[in-house]
Amino acid sequence: MNELNIENLHIAVGGQEIVRGLTLRVPRGEVHALMRPNGSGKSTLAKVLAGHPDYQVIAGKVLMDGENLLELEPDERARRGLFMAFQYPSEIPGVTIANFLRAALQSRVPEGEELEATDYYAKLYEKMELLGMDRSFTSRAVNEGFSGGEKKRAEILQLAMLEPKYAVLDETDSGLDIDALKTVAHGVNSLRGPDLGILLITHYQRLLNYIVPDHVHVMVGGRIVRSGRKELALELEERGYDWAREGAVEPVYTR
Amino acid sequence: MKTDTSAVDIDRNKGDFFYPEAHVRDAGVGLSEQTVHYIADVKEDPDWVREYRLRGLKTFLEKPLPTHWASKDLEAIDFGKIRYYLSPGTEPKRSWEEVPDDIKRTFERLGIPEQERKFLAGVEAQFDSEAVYSNIKKAVGEQGVIFVGSREGLKNYPEIFRKWFGKVIPIADNKFSALNSAVFSGGSFIYVPPGVKVKHPLQAYFRINAENFGQFERTLIIADEGSEVTYMEGCTAPKFNTPTLHSAVVELVALKGAKIQYITVQNWASNVFNLVTKRGLAQENAEVKWIDCNIGSRLTMKYPSVIMKGRKARGEVLSIALANDGQHQDTGAKMIHAADETTSNIISKSISIGKGRATYRGLVHVPKHLKHCKNNTECDALLINSTSRTDTYPAITVRGTGNAVQHEASVSQVSAEQIFYMQQRGLSEAQAMSLSVNGFVNDLVRQFPMEYSVELKRLIELEMEGSVG
Repeated sequence: MNELNIENLHIAVGGQEIVRGLTLRVPRGEVHALMRPNGSGKSTLAKVLAGHPDYQVIAGKVLMDGENLLELEPDERARRGLFMAFQYPSEIPGVTIANFLRAALQSRVPEGEELEATDYYAKLYEKMELLGMDRSFTSRAVNEGFSGGEKKRAEILQLAMLEPKYAVLDETDSGLDIDALKTVAHGVNSLRGPDLGILLITHYQRLLNYIVPDHVHVMVGGRIVRSGRKELALELEERGYDWAREGAVEPVYTR
Repeated sequence: MKTDTSAVDIDRNKGDFFYPEAHVRDAGVGLSEQTVHYIADVKEDPDWVREYRLRGLKTFLEKPLPTHWASKDLEAIDFGKIRYYLSPGTEPKRSWEEVPDDIKRTFERLGIPEQERKFLAGVEAQFDSEAVYSNIKKAVGEQGVIFVGSREGLKNYPEIFRKWFGKVIPIADNKFSALNSAVFSGGSFIYVPPGVKVKHPLQAYFRINAENFGQFERTLIIADEGSEVTYMEGCTAPKFNTPTLHSAVVELVALKGAKIQYITVQNWASNVFNLVTKRGLAQENAEVKWIDCNIGSRLTMKYPSVIMKGRKARGEVLSIALANDGQHQDTGAKMIHAADETTSNIISKSISIGKGRATYRGLVHVPKHLKHCKNNTECDALLINSTSRTDTYPAITVRGTGNAVQHEASVSQVSAEQIFYMQQRGLSEAQAMSLSVNGFVNDLVRQFPMEYSVELKRLIELEMEGSVG
């Protein structure tokens, strides 16, 4: 099955259960938005999918194209096609974006083979053009001294270069002004296609005006309480999370 | 990653092999006046050198180990068990074909003849106490450039040699400069005539093959007015269970308007005590630049210095130290301003891994009567593990008005979030570490000659590969 399949996932952080029975399927080629109230669960889900060591999976499964993701190291997950756009990407002082991406792509070629430098730069410049980025951008150190908008654009550039099967965009809209938001959305939209499944995690409807999802899921209290088409986002915006919780099929927990 | 690791194993131990000893000249074990006389006899030293050696020995014996400020680990050196002179008893050869087979194979394994063909203007290869090979490209030699071993320099160019030998670093500078003065052997003697700019680097490679051995090379480089030269040194030794001692003295003299760049990539085995004194003298408008990279050894104590003696002289030290488990890199720089309008720059970066310890010691001295002197010091430390250690001891005395000094220091750590971020892009933990470290030293490494920056990055990667897991 070509999908990212999250089944009955329970996650604890520091002994507290934050995600409690999340079930979600993101087929390749679709864009799914996961909406949740501000401050609920933070980046927990995204970090667990990516394999952050601080989070503990208590129960449940995550399969990527049928393969058990939770058994793999973070770098192995990445190489097999999972990408996460970070809400707060780390700085890597002294390492340029060009060198960083080159190292990341080099990690994906078979052992003993060397990434062809001219091909690499051709691809890099092509993607940057697609995303409307200035070439000088790649000679800056990764995220060092970047504005919020620049950080998010750097994440999208990495997404474009690494060509994953599934991308988890974690609060990609946070801290962006409207122009930066449009640029980032344009980038994501230009990468949409049959080979990429996208999971957008956000608590703002705003982003979904620019990246229109195929499906919307509402998460409250650590599980999904409603799923629907893109209109659900607008309804949620209008009626609020309390409405979403009341309509839940099963009782939901709040803290 | 699997093949990477095995390739790494071979490389990491690149210098860890030795051939059976075939020495004809052997000063025996331990240090006494007899040892010094033996060395002076074998080398057919003139009387003034023999006397110089004996003064060195006396001073060495009188001076205490500097353990009141330096590492107590120095006490692990048993000076009575070291062998101070070993050589095949032949003159250095001018072609590799004439070099004895085992020695030739050693340097071939280390890639020296290949580098020589590729990018060097001249090579000297020292095996234990003496140079076994020494050659300079014909065109460079025809410009009047002299590049020979210290013994040959003393024998064939006595006027220039004697004029500068021991003038930049006196015998009594410290205990180890005194020891070197007593038993020195090998090292390079270089003279560059006025106005000659040597385009390609001259390189010396120091190899220790014997166990319980001490290597005491002595290098003297004189760049005459308006000349320019770059000298590079590399070194390796097999890893023995007993301590090996390496204690060199390097003196540089840059006359008016001359430029000397001295590059070291120190990759000794982890049983080597590396206690080296390096100092340059810069006359008017001259420049002395030390690029000093310390990757290997058990304990390194080395603080390259520049005395800016003429107006507008410049001194620079760019230094990278990497201290892994069981290593202490005690390095730094000294800048002595002794004329107006002199400028100095120190950039030091250290990386401590595992239980490794990196220490920076800096001295900047600008006396009161001088005007318009400038110093810039930056020292940055990167700690990889919670057990890693770094210390900084800057001593800056800038007196008088109109002199400017700037000092910045930082300590940073590779964070778990940073590593996770890089792993999410597909890099293994070790690759992520090594990329962070390369990023940390990147702005410094960019200033190195290409061949050496590639070598240095590779060495850092090897160290990082072993540190994770």
